[in-house]
Amino acid sequence: MFRNVAELVELAVSQNKKISEIMIEQEVMVSGRTKEEILGLMDRNLTVMEKAVERGINGVKSHSGLTGGDAVLMQKYIEKGNFLSGETILDAVSKAVATNEVNAAMGTICATPTAGSAGVVPGTLFAVQKKLNPTREQMISFLFTAGAFGFVVANNASISGAAGGCQAEVGSAAGMAAAAIVEMAGGTPQQCAEAMAITLKNMLGLVCDPVAGLVEVPCVKRNAMGAANAMVAADMALAGITSRIPCDEVIDAMYRIGQAMPSALRETAQGGLAATPTGRRLEAKIFGMPLNEK
Amino acid sequence: MKYRSVFDIIGPVMIGPSSSHTAGAARIGRVARSLFGREPKWANISLYGSFAQTYKGHGTDVAVIGGLLDFDTDDQRIIHAIDIANERGMKITFIEEDAVTDHPNTARVIIGDHDGELELVGISIGGGKIEITELNGFELKLSGNHPALLVMHNDRFGTIANVANTLAKYEINIGHMEVSRKEVGKLALMTIEVDQNINNQLIEELEQLPNILKATKIAD
Repeated sequence: MFRNVAELVELAVSQNKKISEIMIEQEVMVSGRTKEEILGLMDRNLTVMEKAVERGINGVKSHSGLTGGDAVLMQKYIEKGNFLSGETILDAVSKAVATNEVNAAMGTICATPTAGSAGVVPGTLFAVQKKLNPTREQMISFLFTAGAFGFVVANNASISGAAGGCQAEVGSAAGMAAAAIVEMAGGTPQQCAEAMAITLKNMLGLVCDPVAGLVEVPCVKRNAMGAANAMVAADMALAGITSRIPCDEVIDAMYRIGQAMPSALRETAQGGLAATPTGRRLEAKIFGMPLNEK
Repeated sequence: MKYRSVFDIIGPVMIGPSSSHTAGAARIGRVARSLFGREPKWANISLYGSFAQTYKGHGTDVAVIGGLLDFDTDDQRIIHAIDIANERGMKITFIEEDAVTDHPNTARVIIGDHDGELELVGISIGGGKIEITELNGFELKLSGNHPALLVMHNDRFGTIANVANTLAKYEINIGHMEVSRKEVGKLALMTIEVDQNINNQLIEELEQLPNILKATKIAD
């Protein structure tokens, strides 16, 4: 059983396997299920992700009215063709947003690794799908690779915004996505780890400060930027750029930063954007009064 | 290791918006329901930390009640769980606590009817995963990921051996086990996570053993 990224990469390299294969083998060992059953369960999760993106791209609105419709705006913008960055990255942004808009509307999603960060992994997956034309099996493998890196973060640091801030949620999700993109694009296991490290380094310190305590503002747009971050970091790793700080040390730094973060910035809606005048005004509009005066 | 399965990371499939505050909360409620063994007539739910601050926005309240109604994390009925509970005559009270707990997402669930009561403390540790840390005043650690057996017993020699022997007879393997007691020689609780499903015959047999007061199973 691998306990950290170094062991995960070492297992893959020494056995000449992909990260996704190592994750599948470990799951067989731990769960006692067959490989076919495990692939079937992940296939089901992939279907849930596809449906959520499809629903979001056609437009949803949350009960509070704070979020919804941005995935549609981005898709229309891409169609016009006058974008500045790139089609794949904007498609990832749009599909990440779509998933989180559905989540905010209390729709059905697959947590990756959490609900608040559920957009990043599917958003990037369905965007690179257009570029790389993967088989269904390869798309399922993408999720196992993402899961392997998330597994390390969850066990050595945290994937909970209440415990470690948004860096632990969207930060982890973006790192997981970056690693999975690299594998799908044909990169090495070590390049997967570099992509994860580069991504997470640039998410360090990100606080969890949801307006009115809702998983909407700024969560939806943080998923958009997490997806963009993952795409760029994957390209960097594939270009041969490495992280000076090894991936496991970045994960450890993330954990320590989370520990040092004040409670007001860990999903309590007491600080950051939640405590801005507009944040408080929106909160009062939704709940009748600001939560801090309740 | 807190997380053992890749499906703790890619999953669960759930109703939004928050894995810890919605899916995790639903799971805490559902474990309480499973331990109680029937639908409670009333429920007092205390929320701490981030749960207390943001439960309305995250649907933590509807999720816990959904769990008490035996709904899974992806059950669309969670959204209307409080209305459904009200229709069924369940009396619900939510208490926002100020006390600081070890974990920011903590809920204390006290449920009951005219036949009994149950008190449980659950924490939601992220990604929808939960742990039960207290049951009827006993400290324990229960992940809710495996079938489990809870055995209330008198703290006497041989009691644990008898339970283990009975499990062996039914070819049930123990994955994790711990014993908690409030005072030496008084009431104690065995928490046993197992790999196989537990049938009612085994429960009955356990309850026949000396010094066993009650045995309860929690299905996977």
